[in-house]
Amino acid sequence: MTEQPTQTSAAAVPACIDAESLDAYFGASRVVRDVSFGVRSGEVTSIIGPSGCGKSTLLRCLNRMHETIPGARVEGEVRFEGRDIYAPSVSAIGVRRHIGMVFQRPTPFPTMSIRDNVAAGLKILPRSEQLSRRETDDVVERALRRAALWDEVKDRLHTSAVAISGGQQQRLCIARALATSPTVLLLDEPTASLDPLSTQRVEELVYELRSDVTIIIVTHNMQQAARIADRTAFMLAGELVEYAPTNAMFTAPRDPRTEAYITGRFG
Amino acid sequence: MMIQPQTASSPGLARRPALARSYRDILAASTERTLRRRHVKSYIMVALTYFAAVVATLPLLLILWHLAKQGASSLNWNFFTRMPAPAGETGGGMANAIVGTGILILIASVLGLPIGIGAGLYLAEQRGTRLANTVRFLSDVLNGLPSIVLGIFAWQMLVRPFGHFSALAGGIALGAMMIPLVTRATEEMIRLVPVSLREAALALGYSKWRTSLSVVLRTALPGIVTGALVAVARVAGETAPLLFTALGNQFWSVNLGQPIAALPMQIYTYGISPYEDQHAQAWAGALVLLGLVLIISVAARFVTRSRFGLGAGD
Repeated sequence: MTEQPTQTSAAAVPACIDAESLDAYFGASRVVRDVSFGVRSGEVTSIIGPSGCGKSTLLRCLNRMHETIPGARVEGEVRFEGRDIYAPSVSAIGVRRHIGMVFQRPTPFPTMSIRDNVAAGLKILPRSEQLSRRETDDVVERALRRAALWDEVKDRLHTSAVAISGGQQQRLCIARALATSPTVLLLDEPTASLDPLSTQRVEELVYELRSDVTIIIVTHNMQQAARIADRTAFMLAGELVEYAPTNAMFTAPRDPRTEAYITGRFG
Repeated sequence: MMIQPQTASSPGLARRPALARSYRDILAASTERTLRRRHVKSYIMVALTYFAAVVATLPLLLILWHLAKQGASSLNWNFFTRMPAPAGETGGGMANAIVGTGILILIASVLGLPIGIGAGLYLAEQRGTRLANTVRFLSDVLNGLPSIVLGIFAWQMLVRPFGHFSALAGGIALGAMMIPLVTRATEEMIRLVPVSLREAALALGYSKWRTSLSVVLRTALPGIVTGALVAVARVAGETAPLLFTALGNQFWSVNLGQPIAALPMQIYTYGISPYEDQHAQAWAGALVLLGLVLIISVAARFVTRSRFGLGAGD
């Protein structure tokens, strides 16, 4: 229980997302084991660990995406701003509107233009919150600017979204997630399929976005975690081994397994 | 046999160095021989597949040529606008059959497309469930069902209880033929839509049905339209299900409750008649039917090459 001390100190500040004794299953196999941790607002939190350690699954538990896979289920509690998102009265759709997500591979909708991709999340809002065409255009521009993509696509907003480069597509997906003004943004290895330059752009973006969106990022890349995260969680075989401020974890890990991993002795 | 020395199978290596050929020369020679043999084999196989490809297109070319030769002379404006001439007289057209085929296709599409696309969507979205597997299997069986059996069935269900043949019964019979074709085409196309796209929509807060309709179905749409057009082209030429249902009609009729003329049946009737002129009309009718199917197929290809959609990006 090495994460105990940091946890108690984290609990003092109001947490944005709080997971408690979280278990996630695929059928009978338990891929996330009794994970408890709190994510603070306005911070970048990274989850690192070797392949198959359950870090992506843990992330997908936080916006109820895990349950979309047949045979998958979640036990335990995840509180978002104090409310349990797995409570029977809470709809998964509402949760996902507040907690956006971007995946490993860019997923622009190929049938939609760049503009319509960014506006995709707005179109499904309840009728009372529907925006006019003008307002939608404004939101689209703001989202694309926040995703540092506006200058590159402003002249071709109405062309196909799959005609732009992979790095641009990924930033388009970030813009699409930002358009609905989520409180939290979950990034599941967002740079794994990008070249180093595009990776750098996305990292800069994460750094800039931290002021108004709480970001949780899963990454394979420890340097990336060290560069952009305020806090880092290390997972191994479904368990949360250590959760601490990034600096502390990379300079003075408490757990020998964390030390072995970050010094490259395995993984 | 078993005790024969192994070298017998590779004579090149068995030779003595006394023949003044190094091992390398022997290897080179044998490699060259192998290469030559492979080239010859390759040529023969390519020639065979080329031949098969030509033979595969030959029937269509022959039919086109034959139809054009026999039918073109009777094909004029009157053929599309006039009613059939009484037996023994020359002239006249197939206006009623052309319109009848159009009406039958329309009824079949109204029935077959929504049900087929809906069923295909279900099979693709609920894959792996027992019901989906059962439906898929039954749909394949229905697809393989001889069309005459479908015709008799439609007669039993839709003609006999009402006491008369009708366009509606014919259209429904054709629609029933379309359903499995459209179902499988839709399912295949939807399966091509990557799971990541579905997840992206769900993560944006799309509900399940909204994801299915506005992302998954929309992405697969060009392929589905192609499949639907192929199914339409397929049933447009069906005769057997119509014999017991739409029956055919010598006169002008657009009444869905009455027997209606259709091109395939008219071709059949004229084809077995004793009059030269009706034979010529049958040829022309066949040419028109083939033209119709060709137009639909070409349209299908154009739809696939639409601006957005699967494959547009690569």
